[in-house]
Formats: sequence, C-alpha cells, structure tokens
Amino acid sequence: MNLSLSLFPLGWQHYLLGGVIIGTGVALLFVLTGRIGGMSTVFSSTWSFAVRRPFFQQARFVDSRGWRLVYALGLILGALVWWLGFAGGAPEATAVPAWQLLVGGFLVGYGARLGNGCTSGHGICGLGSMQLPSLMAVLTFMATAFLTANLAARWLA
Amino acid sequence: MSAANKTVPRTLATLAAGVLFGFGLSYSSMIRPEVVLSFLRFEDFGLMLVMGGAVMVALLAYKLAPRLLGRPLLDDHFHKHPSVWNRDTAVGAALFGVGWGLSGVCPGPAIAGLGAGNWDLLWALAGIALGALVQGLRAK
Repeated sequence: MNLSLSLFPLGWQHYLLGGVIIGTGVALLFVLTGRIGGMSTVFSSTWSFAVRRPFFQQARFVDSRGWRLVYALGLILGALVWWLGFAGGAPEATAVPAWQLLVGGFLVGYGARLGNGCTSGHGICGLGSMQLPSLMAVLTFMATAFLTANLAARWLA
Repeated sequence: MSAANKTVPRTLATLAAGVLFGFGLSYSSMIRPEVVLSFLRFEDFGLMLVMGGAVMVALLAYKLAPRLLGRPLLDDHFHKHPSVWNRDTAVGAALFGVGWGLSGVCPGPAIAGLGAGNWDLLWALAGIALGALVQGLRAK
C-alpha cells in the first residue's frame, strides 16, 4: 500500500479541491465586501432578533445579523447545487446517534461562541490572517477533539 | 456609485460567497460526520487538505487585497477580526473540540448539510443554536 492510499483511503483530490473552493468563498467575501466569513457568529447574531438581553443586542451582532443569514442561506444553496448536480440527489444520512449530534452540537455552539470562533473562524479566517491566538485555539480544539473522538470510538461504539 | 447604494450587489456577493463555501464543504465530504470522525481517529487525513487548501486561498486574499485594492470592491473598508488568547478562548476552544469529537459536526457543515437533505444534522444544528443561546445568556 502506498503512502497516499494509507493517508487518504478515499482519495485526496476532492479534499484539496473542496478546500480551495471553500477558501475561494471566504476570499470572494473579503475582496467584494471586506467581511470576515467565519461561520459560528451567525448562531449568536440570529438570536438578536428574538432575545432582548444586552449581550445579544451588541452592535457586532445586530449590525451583521442580516448578511450572516444571507451567507448561511448561501451555504445551504451551495450544498443543494452539489447534492442535485453532483451527487444524484440521494439523501445524505449519518449513523452518528442523535444524542451525540445534539449534545456534541451543544458543546460546539457553546464553545465556539465562548472562544469566539470555530473551524472556519479560527481555522480558515484566523490562520488565513496569521493570528497566533487563532493558531492556539485550533491546536486546542484539535487536541480535545482527537481525544474525545478516540475515547468515544472505544467506549460508545 | 457610493458604498451606501451597493446594498443589493453586496447581498448577492455574500450569497455567492456562501454558495462557494457550501459547495466546497459538500464536495469535500465535510458534511458527513463519519468523514470528520475518521480524520479525528487518524484513519483519513483528508481534513488537513481541506483546511490547508482553504487557508492558502484565504491567506492570499487577506494579504493581497488590502494592498492591491485599498478598499473592497463593494464597500468602503476591509473588516478586521483580531482574535485574542485568554481564558474564554482557551476554555471555549477546548469545549468546542469535545463537542466536535463527539458529533463530527461543526457550524458550517451543520448548516450546509441541510441543503444536501441530511436531516439528521438538524439535531446538531439545534444543539449548536442552543449552545450559542446559553453562552449568550451566561455572558455578562
């Protein structure tokens, strides 16, 4: 077995090309509008429509909540184009149990907002603008994610 | 045309950027929790290529655009989003990783997955929305 097959058993081209396309989206957003396109903020900014508390009414959420929802809508449309145009429209599903998605999701949402960024905010945008705190955030969440995923595979499978 | 009456082009640009982002996430199979978890279990290193490819392009844009253009094509200034390293960032990133390792889902794929008919991801989306709400309610 060669190295490429052992590192990337499903092939590597679609990963690299997909990543470049994601980066092109982030780059296009910046070049055209000047905006930094991390994804997790939309989960706080959208609550500003419904929750009156001062935290959610901060300008950084209220002023960006419109475009962040449009950006999120674009995400759904882009996936739809892939699904219908490239994947034959067969429904996607996951074998990860619902409780793991819900509890894991809760920690993802809480943690990303407390830490001011997720895989796209700290990962793509933070590393893309060469910010050391983002690199440290990425190394931190990679470490706890490696640990959790491996323990979960051992104990929950 | 001043920046103020470019609202419609700006909205379309934001939508187009999101479309590319969502297409790339799906094309690279990041909307499948199993693929993300196989990376976290060291079985498939594809996620490194996704992130590496995305960071490279973003890096070029963030470095070159302010120098070459001075201001974005449809607005009057480039935004900055400085990150800080403090207790909240450390604890938040650590919790984010635990959740990511448990579910195989992060915010982008949770949203994009809906466009590919992956309704299971609604559980993750609901979890993320609740987590963000509780974080905001607990914050000062």
